[in-house]
Amino acid sequence: MIPAIVVFIYLGVVLYIGIFAFRKAAGRKKAEDYFLASRSLGPFVFLFSLFGTNMTAFAILGASGHAFSNGIVTFGLMASSSGLVIPLTIFLCGTRVWALGKKYGFMTPVQMFRDRWECNHIGTVIFTVQAVLLVPYIIIGIMGGGTTLDAVSGGFVPYWFGGAIVALVVMGYVFFGGMRGTAWVNTFQTILFLLFGTVAIIVIATGMGGFTNAVQAMANSPALAPLLTRERISPYYFFSYTFIPLSAIAFPHILIFCLTAEKMAHFKKTVIFYPLCIMAIWLPCVFLGLMANRVTDVPQIRDKQEARRVLATQGKTMAPEARDEVREKSAGDDVILLLLKRYAPLWLAGLLGAGIMAAVMASDSQILALSTMFTEDVFAHYGGKRRFGESVQVQTGRIFVVVLTLFAYAVALRAPETIFELAIQYAFSGFAALSPLIIAALFWKGSTKWGALAVTVWVATAVFAVALFQQVVPAPAPGPPTVFWSLGGTEIISRTPGGTAVYGFMPVVPMVIVSALLMFVVSKLTPKPKPATISKYFDFLNR
Amino acid sequence: MTRKLLVVVVVALYVLHQDFWFWRTAHPLVFGFIPIGLFYQACFSVAASLVMWLLVKYAWPSHLEREIESQPKEDRSA
Repeated sequence: MIPAIVVFIYLGVVLYIGIFAFRKAAGRKKAEDYFLASRSLGPFVFLFSLFGTNMTAFAILGASGHAFSNGIVTFGLMASSSGLVIPLTIFLCGTRVWALGKKYGFMTPVQMFRDRWECNHIGTVIFTVQAVLLVPYIIIGIMGGGTTLDAVSGGFVPYWFGGAIVALVVMGYVFFGGMRGTAWVNTFQTILFLLFGTVAIIVIATGMGGFTNAVQAMANSPALAPLLTRERISPYYFFSYTFIPLSAIAFPHILIFCLTAEKMAHFKKTVIFYPLCIMAIWLPCVFLGLMANRVTDVPQIRDKQEARRVLATQGKTMAPEARDEVREKSAGDDVILLLLKRYAPLWLAGLLGAGIMAAVMASDSQILALSTMFTEDVFAHYGGKRRFGESVQVQTGRIFVVVLTLFAYAVALRAPETIFELAIQYAFSGFAALSPLIIAALFWKGSTKWGALAVTVWVATAVFAVALFQQVVPAPAPGPPTVFWSLGGTEIISRTPGGTAVYGFMPVVPMVIVSALLMFVVSKLTPKPKPATISKYFDFLNR
Repeated sequence: MTRKLLVVVVVALYVLHQDFWFWRTAHPLVFGFIPIGLFYQACFSVAASLVMWLLVKYAWPSHLEREIESQPKEDRSA
């Protein structure tokens, strides 16, 4: 119970920061202040809040869970590739979006697209697809909150209640504090979970009597040795994953965050330190997830290991529903929490639980981003701001925050997928495939609104098709995939235990390539924006 | 010339991420407990940070910074 109390104190602090930001902003009724903190964030807050907003439950719980099942490959798949691609895209696109925002007053990516490509309803289509893809990300945060509080309190706080508390706290500080509150909370949270990794690894290493013997024993075990290598993952799959971090620059909350910096120079530290921050969080989480395989005195971890063994030996003969049930039992999303509970003293387990909670609650930025998008791209764009004024616009944004959080909570209670699968299969792949939009808008004079529409419709269709395919074709047992469509002996589309493969690659690869091709081909065939609009952007960007 | 060199460095780093040469081996175990594949990817993260430093130093879009600082904000046209 003590760890749960520490986590509740942490939640109280976070809520207070949001309300403090509300008081600081008292009297400021402008939408730009609520949604973008008046574009005034300093270098320290900008670095930590931008980084923190990209680290979700997925980073700590999903990473250690994935490493528990798949081994060291998790770090190369998700962390080191993100450490290259994300800062690179922030360097190339984020700085330019910031400059355009300062110059022309944009508050959302869709505002920029509408102006850049001289479009109206196409912008609304882009908004809709972005919003639909962003909601799963918000659900992840609430699911992670429920899982964390349940595990930290030893089941005293049930999943549904933990999720509700997290949803209420996040809703509270986003509602009151807006972007300023969210950025301050994110900064506090990022510092917490950067400390978390180091402390957690020291505590667990001490508890386990060091890692050397555990790793040697794994290397000598035929069942566990593959987890120390990448032989369970194909190089095609590994390569595919480098496309996923492209999603970062297409996420509206990241682009909106890029607009909050006071000066462009604030991006420098963010770009340079991003790979190191990712490493500081992911390396301990991946390693600890791996080490959980050597733990035999925690019943819940033993149950997961047993479920994995059953899946490997009997999975092929099981009915799909039974197989899914066993697969869910083998999922390791809570192994890091179980390790802390086993090896950390009670008070420290509470502090470390708060560190995990910090990462889990990163859904605040997505909620605020969706609220910003709704009020700017829909409410203000279709005349609401002109008719009712800016103060009503901000109140509309706050109401939207409440409605969205309640909706996400309701879905989180029913969602059967693990945190990791939900994030990857829908939101990340979809946003990665939307990245050609921002790249074309900033770097290609020849891009057109019809190219943008083609990309958006394609992404929506592809995400829906993958989701449908995975619903209709059950996941096979660990081992060779189920071939759904082959041509001349070559596997074109297969259902793998973890998702879908297209020609051996993850669906994100063809999705991104087709998006880029559609942008190019359709733009070539359709009329360009007026020369004045093109020069408004490129005379400035390329000067 | 500097920019072309930086493009080559970034592409080379991306290629180096696909380290198939450590695919099926855990050994040597660095410091006695870190599998070589994991250690390599950690070093890759440090290299990525160094490359970002090079980009910031030699390819920073300072013209945008100057332009924004020298001009008053225009009315929003979106």
